[in-house]
Amino acid sequence: MSFEILDTRELNSENTWMKIKAPLIAERCKAGQFVIIRANEKGERIPLTIANWDKEEGSFEVVFQKVGASTLELGTYKKGDLLLDVVGPLGIPTHTEGAGNTVVIGGGLGIAIATPVARAYKEAGNKVHVIIGARTKELLFNIEILESFADGLTICTDDGSFGIKGFVTQPLQEMIDKGEKIDTVFCVGPPIMMKFISKITEKHGIHTVASLNTIMLDGTGMCGACRVTVGDEIKFVCVDGPDFDAHLVDWDEMMARTQAYREEEKIALEHYHKCRAEKALEEQNAQENK
Amino acid sequence: MGSEAKKSRGRKPLVRTRLPMATQRPEDRVKNFNEVPYGYNEAEAVLESQRCLQCRNAPCVKGCPVEVPIPQFIKLVQEGKFVEAAEVIKTKNSLPAITGRVCPQELQCEARCVMGRRYQPVSIGNLERFVADYAREHGEALPELPEPTGKKVAVVGAGPAGLTCAGDLALLGHEVTVFEALHAPGGVLIYGIPEFRLPKDIVRYETNYLKKLGVKIIPNFIIGKNKTVKELLNEFDAVFIGTGAGSPRLLKIPGINLVNVYSANEYLTRVNLLKGYLFPEYKTPVKKGKTVITIGAGNVAMDAARTAKRLGAENSIIVYRRSKKECPARVEEVHHAEEEGIDFRFLTNPIRIIGDENGRVKALECLRYKLGEPDETGRAKPIPIEGSEHIIECDVVIIAIGNNPNPIIPQTTPDLETSKWGTIITNSKTGETSLQRVYAGGDIATGAATVIAAMGAGKIAAKSIHKQLMGHEIDEEEHNLEVGKCDS
Repeated sequence: MSFEILDTRELNSENTWMKIKAPLIAERCKAGQFVIIRANEKGERIPLTIANWDKEEGSFEVVFQKVGASTLELGTYKKGDLLLDVVGPLGIPTHTEGAGNTVVIGGGLGIAIATPVARAYKEAGNKVHVIIGARTKELLFNIEILESFADGLTICTDDGSFGIKGFVTQPLQEMIDKGEKIDTVFCVGPPIMMKFISKITEKHGIHTVASLNTIMLDGTGMCGACRVTVGDEIKFVCVDGPDFDAHLVDWDEMMARTQAYREEEKIALEHYHKCRAEKALEEQNAQENK
Repeated sequence: MGSEAKKSRGRKPLVRTRLPMATQRPEDRVKNFNEVPYGYNEAEAVLESQRCLQCRNAPCVKGCPVEVPIPQFIKLVQEGKFVEAAEVIKTKNSLPAITGRVCPQELQCEARCVMGRRYQPVSIGNLERFVADYAREHGEALPELPEPTGKKVAVVGAGPAGLTCAGDLALLGHEVTVFEALHAPGGVLIYGIPEFRLPKDIVRYETNYLKKLGVKIIPNFIIGKNKTVKELLNEFDAVFIGTGAGSPRLLKIPGINLVNVYSANEYLTRVNLLKGYLFPEYKTPVKKGKTVITIGAGNVAMDAARTAKRLGAENSIIVYRRSKKECPARVEEVHHAEEEGIDFRFLTNPIRIIGDENGRVKALECLRYKLGEPDETGRAKPIPIEGSEHIIECDVVIIAIGNNPNPIIPQTTPDLETSKWGTIITNSKTGETSLQRVYAGGDIATGAATVIAAMGAGKIAAKSIHKQLMGHEIDEEEHNLEVGKCDS
């Protein structure tokens, strides 16, 4: 059993979009859930949050950042290629019922995940304001899609090349300062961003949900690699999450754990580039010998 | 001379000691992941088989959770009929190449061997392993399959319980589909038990054998997520749940979430299922610590500590709060671990994992223990010695203190009765659950136990399912599944 890639696209210099045929996943998935992809026999099991899906076509979409050897390799897969293993939908869908006035915040790659979640909040009858942010204008995406359904959309860039100059916490703070009624905040993006959002909303007692992206292997509660401290309990992101009460998450611990393989990632990356270079050289030699 | 002959009544004289299997030298094997014992050759197998007294009442069989006809198969080994011997084993045990390697024989069949009363028991496990390997390598014929019954059974989880249940039902003519959450079938046989103890080619051979019997195995399919048990009941005539004890138990001590603290499940899955020992060629990394401490002394702990050594740890330490005598691991595993230089710290228990400024493990603080009166398990109760706190520096900690049942099926099957430990409540003599047409067995029903006990439960459920499908009354099966109970 393998899974066909129906289409891919470079969203910008960092993020790649991919649509994969998997009727079983498309049929069941809901906003906030994720899949695990293993591209080939030697590949890692990569957890990726579902960015969109189409029940009729039997497909779903993911967006990933090519930062490590595994995601760089996944980025070389093109339309028509097959992925060896895809499993999902995993995790508990985002709880959207009765959320009230909701602010959905997506930072960087998190924009991809914030989009279906914001839509789900909207479809559940909540008023939804979306805040997205990225380092620079070029890294923004999904703006038109978000505009099509959100009750409000605020865009920030760190360098001010588009929208507000600053971090996503800024417009959130302004909304609070203006006394806008916010019942729920949902955030997804870099852990440090979620930590700061959580700090702001905690002061004002605003219920805040964070979607966590931790290291995982099986995604079914078997290994515990994804464990986080939430309040005074240990939770597994794969089966208890990925959404948690942001005010209860031990952010520093979570951030340290996501950095567990820093050194190994460097080794993997060097190995990846070396293999690519060797392969290119071989091909070049083969060409010349012709 | 004459009296000697009279004494032995024409038999060959008794050989008191068992024939050991040749193994890789410890100094060699800690540098590779190849299997440790080489197994008997034909001559050795015949020689060892001749030690069997062929007892008529066969106490060994009563010590076997699945009642393998031990004297019968050993007799065939004596006669050099190895393939036939394998056929005899397979009437009761569909995975002999696996159980020959992982069963705690010293607590089961071999514990009851009459030879063992005065001398060493017959090496039943080694003989089983030889026979199964021989049959596999020399080509075994597929058994004849009966006419299809047209009945469909779903099996949830492709571990020892599920695979056994699936195989037995296929042999009875039923159409079986196995759903597996991971990308490869085998369960603990593929993600947990290391290559050096159970080569994965053997697991793949056994699962392919099931496919040849017509069993469909669907990987990457999670019952409870992709389909519920209730939905399966609409498509299938019966469902067997064998989802295992796949949820790691963690110690409730400070520092448990520090970086480089692994559950044994995670550590072993990285190395076995995802071939982390071949990193970076295979992309899944695993921390190669200088000093690796494994907490616990069951088979899983031995597997983890020995894996750490093979990954290059200078010190691989096992910390266990009881003494060597109480180690729940197979005797052979403890022996192999000792030979490989695993540093056992018995009567020692951790109280705190200490991290550095980056949240990474740097040491383990422990207390020394002494043994007191026997507790409810019959084992001496370990008592902490006051003021015995001490620190062991390390960079990786592996927690191998057992597993809880996997929660996904109980969470998503509302009417399925479970115990307070999260296990599915079954009639252990039939495998029936609180739901009609739903059966369960193995670790999901008993909590963490052995591969062979899970296989036995799979067999019992297969019998009940067959009776249900054929419209017969389900009756209770007496069984030996409790024999030699210890962790996998």
